[in-house]
Amino acid sequence: MDVKIENVSCSRGDRTVLSNVSFHVKSGRALILRGANGAGKTTLLRCLAGLTPPITGALSFSPDDVAYSAHADGLKSQMSVAETLEFWGKVYGAADIMPAVGAFDLKSLLDRKTQFLSAGQKRRLSLARMVLTRRAIWVMDEPTVSLDAHAVSQFARAVETHLSAGGTAIIATHIELGLHNAAVLDIGTFQAEETVETDPFLDEAFL
Amino acid sequence: MIALLRRDLVLAIRAGGGFGLGLAFFLILCILVPFGVGPNPDLLARIAPGILWVGALLACLLSLDRIFQLDFEDGTLDLLATSPLPLEGVATIKSLAHWLTTGLPLTLGAAPLGQLMNIPQDAVFWLVCGLALGTPALSVIGTFGAALTVGLKRGGLLISLLVLPLYMPTLLFGADAARRGAEGLDATTPLLLMAGISAGCVALLPFATSAALRMNLR
Amino acid sequence: MSIWKYANPTQFMKTSGWMLPLFSVLATVCVATGLIWGFFFTPDDFRQGSTVKIIYLHVPSALMAINGWLMMLVASLIWLIRRHHVSALAAKAAAPLGLVMTVIALLTGAIWGQPMWGTYWAWDPRLTSFLILFLFYLGYIALWQAIETQDVAADLTSVLCLVGSVFALLSRYAVNFWNQGLHQGTSVPVATGGRSISDVFFIPLAISMAGFVFLFIALLLLGTRTEIRARRLKALQNREMRRETSNQQNLHAES
Repeated sequence: MDVKIENVSCSRGDRTVLSNVSFHVKSGRALILRGANGAGKTTLLRCLAGLTPPITGALSFSPDDVAYSAHADGLKSQMSVAETLEFWGKVYGAADIMPAVGAFDLKSLLDRKTQFLSAGQKRRLSLARMVLTRRAIWVMDEPTVSLDAHAVSQFARAVETHLSAGGTAIIATHIELGLHNAAVLDIGTFQAEETVETDPFLDEAFL
Repeated sequence: MIALLRRDLVLAIRAGGGFGLGLAFFLILCILVPFGVGPNPDLLARIAPGILWVGALLACLLSLDRIFQLDFEDGTLDLLATSPLPLEGVATIKSLAHWLTTGLPLTLGAAPLGQLMNIPQDAVFWLVCGLALGTPALSVIGTFGAALTVGLKRGGLLISLLVLPLYMPTLLFGADAARRGAEGLDATTPLLLMAGISAGCVALLPFATSAALRMNLR
Repeated sequence: MSIWKYANPTQFMKTSGWMLPLFSVLATVCVATGLIWGFFFTPDDFRQGSTVKIIYLHVPSALMAINGWLMMLVASLIWLIRRHHVSALAAKAAAPLGLVMTVIALLTGAIWGQPMWGTYWAWDPRLTSFLILFLFYLGYIALWQAIETQDVAADLTSVLCLVGSVFALLSRYAVNFWNQGLHQGTSVPVATGGRSISDVFFIPLAISMAGFVFLFIALLLLGTRTEIRARRLKALQNREMRRETSNQQNLHAES
């Protein structure tokens, strides 16, 4: 699915972080977001996922087409790997969890409680959830944190599979994933200056 | 949605104290009150319905901040909000899970624990009926309060301040039904009014809850 | 010309700039006239003696305690539907006023209740519902205080105000059901159609009530103006902070 956004401004808390972000990602391609800490990557991704509505601008897709993977893993320590995947499978209407298990090599961990997983294993489990969503647009926030080189290439393969099925991915990351169809966008160029449109309390004719 | 309910119940059981906590609090209250006011059976019998209702209310309050807080902190709430489940449905399920882990045990435990308070036998039936009809409202209202304070570091105390005034009508009708039952009067009117409040809350409040959740996740 | 243009902070500041002195003067004149007339130039009631004179404080403050909440309800609705910042800030500014009015009504009621009913406090429906209203105000203010992001705070408090209004109304009737009370029926004609007090008492009472309305409006304008200025200050600080960081980054990049 094509992802097209035009002149999107988004805010975090009381601050407008990004303004006039525009890009177009064609079906089957990925967009890598880069930018310094605090540049607004997470803010933009939350906006794409439909959690924070944009202040201005338009998104070409519905949040119902987006699968979102946050910075946090969102795992419950008392549940096993299999239970976690089955739960999300049911939520997204995917009966078979094996594709996700296979993509991230979780077979040997299936019965283990997530509290006994290492940080990298937790991350893999969290990413495996994306496969189960069967949604066209993957929006991912730093997906490779605490993954080793082998797991990163595993993840890259999963993304490639998703793209070759006609999906789209928007990924904020600092490392090189080695994706074939990926463009890079530095969102440092969209830094917002607060204006009257985003904050009416900046009106010069104010006091 | 059923998967979410099952997950919440499993977590409540495995995390420990899910079912037991409210009930244990209830038990402690039923022991402490006679210590506080003295063992006079007549006095205890007279205040028992009210104390049991207040106890149920406080026991309910005790577990409210866990409804969304844990899911919020580990990021699950973000994932649920972006999932195909409607957030209104998530709110309803969360209330239901809360009711099953606190309201239901309290309703079932009220009759035996009431004996500690010398509750009149006539009142027991009305008290249990009242709790069965009223505790769903407590859970739903509490879920709303939890949604309002989910983003806050120290929401625990604030929740009580927000939720307790909202509990007022339910408490008034519930305690009134039990009191009338104890005096041998007809208690159907307050019970029906309370059932009406519960039905209204269950039907409407999840919308407010999900609105509050969306605002907090922004 | 639409009424919504006043929801623009700039326009609001301009309009409220001349309205504030006007309402302050009106409030001072009316409250002073009403209270002085009521306290010193009305005859004592044949049953209640001079204790009845506390009515000139009690009734107006009770009136504004309820109207304050209604005003917050309307302002909250406007914020939720049209997202006018002034509306949210007006609701925020109204809450402490309503709280103080509720406290005055409760306190004067207690002071009046002692000679009348022989007790400062009775679990009478009216008194109890005012106590519940007091709790609602407290919760509302506490929620405003607790949330740092201003727009989110405005959103959540508005939702609380809506839900709270429904429950406040429910409590009102539940309390009636729970205990029939001592409190006399309403003494002001609006609700009952016929009035239960004579003109001698009513005219100063009406003036005092008008005075409390003006006082509320004046304080509300003042409070809203303060809130707007605070938001303005915050917005400017945000922008300055942003500029400083970007300047530093630029310097860093150049060196």
